[in-house]
Formats: sequence, C-alpha cells, structure tokens
Amino acid sequence: MKGSASGMRALKGGSSRYSIFALARNALSYHENWQKAWRSPEPKPEYDVIIVGGGGHGLATAYYLASVHGIRNVAVVEKGWIGGGNTGRNTTIIRSNYLWDESAGIYEHSLKLWEGLSQELNFNVMFSQRGVLTLAHSEHELKEMRRRVEAIRLNGIDSEVMTPAQIKKLVPIIDTAPTLRYPVMGGFIQKRGGTARHDAVAWGYARAADDLGVDIIQNCEVTGILREGGKVTGIETSRGTIRAKKVGCVTAGHSGVVAEMAGLHLPIDSRPLQALVSEPIKPCLDTVIMSNAVHMYISQSDKGELVMGAGVDSYNSYSQRGSLPTVEGLLAAAVELYPIVSRLRVLRTWGGIVDTCPDASPIISKTPLDGLYFNCGWGTGGFKATPGSGHVFAELIAKDEPNRISAPFSLNRFETGYLIDEHGAAGVAH
Amino acid sequence: MLQIPCPWCGPRDDNEFHYGGEAHIARPVKASELSDAEWAEYLFLKQNPKGPFTERWSHSAGCRRWFNVVRNTATDEIIEIYPMGELPKSPQGIKAYETNWRRESAAQKNAKAGASDK
Ligand SMILES: Cc1cc2nc3c(=O)[nH]c(=O)nc-3n(C[C@H](O)[C@H](O)[C@H](O)COP(=O)(O)OP(=O)(O)OC[C@H]3O[C@@H](n4cnc5c(N)ncnc54)[C@H](O)[C@@H]3O)c2cc1C
Ligand SMILES: [Zn+2]
Repeated sequence: MKGSASGMRALKGGSSRYSIFALARNALSYHENWQKAWRSPEPKPEYDVIIVGGGGHGLATAYYLASVHGIRNVAVVEKGWIGGGNTGRNTTIIRSNYLWDESAGIYEHSLKLWEGLSQELNFNVMFSQRGVLTLAHSEHELKEMRRRVEAIRLNGIDSEVMTPAQIKKLVPIIDTAPTLRYPVMGGFIQKRGGTARHDAVAWGYARAADDLGVDIIQNCEVTGILREGGKVTGIETSRGTIRAKKVGCVTAGHSGVVAEMAGLHLPIDSRPLQALVSEPIKPCLDTVIMSNAVHMYISQSDKGELVMGAGVDSYNSYSQRGSLPTVEGLLAAAVELYPIVSRLRVLRTWGGIVDTCPDASPIISKTPLDGLYFNCGWGTGGFKATPGSGHVFAELIAKDEPNRISAPFSLNRFETGYLIDEHGAAGVAH
Repeated sequence: MLQIPCPWCGPRDDNEFHYGGEAHIARPVKASELSDAEWAEYLFLKQNPKGPFTERWSHSAGCRRWFNVVRNTATDEIIEIYPMGELPKSPQGIKAYETNWRRESAAQKNAKAGASDK
C-alpha cells in the first residue's frame, strides 16, 4: 500500500481495517459503531475518470485506477445500487479453463488475482477453490474434452481428466448409470476453480476504492455522453452534468444502450440469463459441476441451497426475466443427473440481462471517440473475470494503450476477423 | 413466459418458436466492394434497443412459417405481428423501423451505388 493511501484513511477518521481486534472491540458496543463501508458523496462537477456502471467490473476498475495507477479523482456512477446488476445475480463460478491462448491470458490473470483478493481488499470475498468439473456425455464430447484439457495445460493452467468412477466418488449424488439418456462418460476438472460470494466482491472493491478516495455515486443514471470534436468531455446524468477527461463504460447488459448515447454501435445482443436455487439442504456437494450437452450446472451454496443454471434465453430482452421452458429444461436435466433434486422445492428463480458477443469473448477497448472506453461483452461468464477485467481496463484507461492481455479483446477484431471463438467453453458453462 | 400469437395458429408458448433476430437488415448487393469496416458492420454490429424492436420469429414446432414481430424489449410486450416482406403499421413499429440504422447501413449505401452504376 502506498504512503498516501494510509493518509487517505487517516483523513476519514482512523483505520477502518477489519480484523479480529476490530471485531472484539466492536462486540463490546454491540456492533453499533461500525463505520460505514463507503461514503455516499454528492457528485463533484468534474473528475479525471468516470466509470459508468457500479457492478464488480466497474468497481474493480476504479479500485485499480486508484491503487495501481494513482488516479484517485475517480467516480463510479451507478443507476441503481452497486452490485444490483449481474454481479448480484450470477451463480459465481470461477475458472480459467478456456480453449484459446488469449482467453487463458485474461481468465488466468483473473484467477491469480482471486487467489489473493480477500487479503488485498481486507474483505472476505469467500473465494472457495472447490473445483469446477465439466462432464462429457458422448464419445464426441470425450474426444473434444481431451483436446481441450491438453490445450489448457499447454497454457500452464491446471486441468485433469476424470473417469466416471472417480466422478462418482467425488460427487455421490450423481447418477453415473450407463443407461441414462445422456450418460456420464467422463469429465475434466480444474481444481483451482470454484466460487466466491458475489455481493462481497462488489462491497469489497467499493470499500477499498472509497478508501483510496474514489466517489461511489449510486441512484444516478447516465443519460448522455458529452462530446466535443471527437473527444469525450463528460456525462449527463439524472443528477446533473458531470465533466470528465475520460469515461469508461462497464454496463454489461446495457452496454448497447450506453454506446448509442455516444453514437456508437456494438456487436452485442442483450439476452436474459436465468438461475434458480432449491430450498436449503445439508451439505451434499462440495464442487461445481457443469454439463454442456444437457444444458445445466449445479453447485451448493454455503447456506445449503442447490444453485442451478443453464444457457441464455433465445431472444433479446431487457426485462430481467426469462421464459419458463428454459427453467423446465434445466430442471429435467438436473433430475436425471442428480435424482435427489426431484424431492426438492424451488425456492426462487431470477434473471439477469447479459451482453452476448458473436464470439463469446469480451470487449475491452478504446473507441473511435478519444477518452471513451468500453468493457463489455462478458455475456454469461464475466463474474470470474471481475478482478482481471478491472485490472487491465484500469491500465487501458490510465495509459490509453492496451496491454498484452487486453489487446486481443479490442473492438477492432470484428474488422480484422481475429475473433476469439469461445462458444465451446462458454456456451452453458459460465 | 412469452406467448406469441402465430398469425396462422393463434397464441402459443414461446418454446414452439425459433427466434430469427433483427428484421429489415439491408444486405449488400456488391459484396466484393465492401470494406472491412462495412463487412464488420453488416455481419456483427447490432441494434439491440431497449424498447420497441422489429424482429423475426418462426413457428418452428408448429406451422413452420416465418413472420415479423414488433416487441418492446423492456417489457416483452408484443405490439404487432406482420407478414414477412411487409412493414410495420403500428405507431411504435413505424418508429422502430424508421430509427433502424441497419436498414440504411453502409452496406446498403454500397448497394444503392451498385444499382445506379448500371
Ligand atoms: C443468472 C446469471 C448467472 C451467471 N453466472 C455466472 C457464473 O457462474 N460465472 C461467471 O463468471 N459469470 C456468470 N454470469 C455473468 C456475470 O454475472 C457477468 O458477466 C458479470 O457480472 C458482468 O459484470 P459487470 O460488473 O460488468 O455487470 P453488472 O453487475 O451488471 O454491472 C453493470 C452495472 O451498470 C449499471 N448501469 C447500466 N446502465 C447504466 C446507466 N445508464 N447509468 C448508470 N449505471 C448503469 C447497472 O445498473 C449495473 O449495476 C452470470 C450472469 C447471470 C445473469
Ligand atoms: Zn403457426
């Protein structure tokens, strides 16, 4: 931590570090004196950088702008509450076992940051490396899986093939009978993969960014992007005009809407993605399992709920709710593979609006407008990338140049044809 | 759930239908003369509006016919159904059609130039 960072802490009235001692001290006053995790400032008239969108990616970007690049005159402008978009709606699967080198670059960068994140932020993001297992249900999938496992290992990322017997041992509730319509023929696991607590990621980054002087402005909708002669000069919001030298847009499902405010078009369709949880039960599943062939994935939350999801709904929508047939299909697959699910009740279902890209890879890019940057297109699988995405996007904004990791994800790839097709690794498997 | 009124079969559940994406995209005539940027625009860039949207559906598990729909993507409300090859007639549909930049894209300008060359 740099010298002035602790100065900022002092400015706000003493250390706000969470520790066992702070816990004990606050217990004596019945936990009534915890200081707020972040301020709620009025927007200033001008910032060096404005980040539009207070999801995990936007907050991480602001944090790394301040902590790595020393740019602290930063605001995160969020139309609702932070983490209320896909960050708070996702099923929190974290892994880096993608096919192509470019994807390995960004997702593994992110996974390495996850491994030290709770310490770095002084906030428990409950990162749990419980492993992520992907099943193969046909001869073809088995072969494709072996190829992928080797490609992943060549990038120095852990990946292991598992037999049905090994899978049954790891996951007692799975049905590995060869008579299933889509039998379990094998699988591969990334043991360093796992889950984290979604809200904690938003809160942890928000608190750490605020601590470095970043203004987090909630209930403030961006309605326009101000430009003068090919350059961005600020934003129009529901709480007035805010000027800025640079604007970074990280609005996930609403990226197309925000791009249109700047007269830009994106290669993005906004689609509903649904998930659901069962009523809580005793611990029975300590890893994450996904099946592309039958379109479902499952894990168990610390509260005991079985968390399940599937692929995106087929049509464009911003309504934050999807269609019942998607849920029916997912539950049919769940009951077949994990018979105990048939005895459980669904506790709640929900949807988020994801920003799907033609090659199932993200966009981390400059735009034709000077000072305007976009980070979007993460579609169904961006939670795992939160730290890495924020880290490289902050560098892109600070230096106005992409680095080795973010360069392949520029908007320009749709013109050069250098697409990074990750449909195989990202279709159902978020 | 979406219930979609097929013009031939009446209202049916959405899982009987196949989504065809945006309607009225202008396709290039002189494809070999498109620049890389124009190709990118034609192939990849999307309208993706929040609000009334002109789109295509096919009743793939029913009569298997295609038709156009004006749907509000913010609410999923279906505003109008109209045949392939025709234009919307509802005020919201007309507005969605008129603000659709993909029916007047770079590709289409190229096509117009091609037509006037003859
Ligand atoms: C059901 C579901 C399951 C998923 N499961 C996984 C998973 O298991 N693993 C994984 O890696 N990923 C998963 N994802 C994807 C992941 O959630 C997203 O890719 C990721 O959260 C995107 O992060 P974000 O910070 O950009 O988005 P968000 O958290 O959506 O943040 C964008 C923010 O921008 C704000 N905003 C929008 N418009 C404006 C405006 N005009 N002005 C101001 N603010 C605005 C929104 O309110 C929102 O808070 C899942 C998504 C869903 C919906
Ligand atoms: Zn029909």
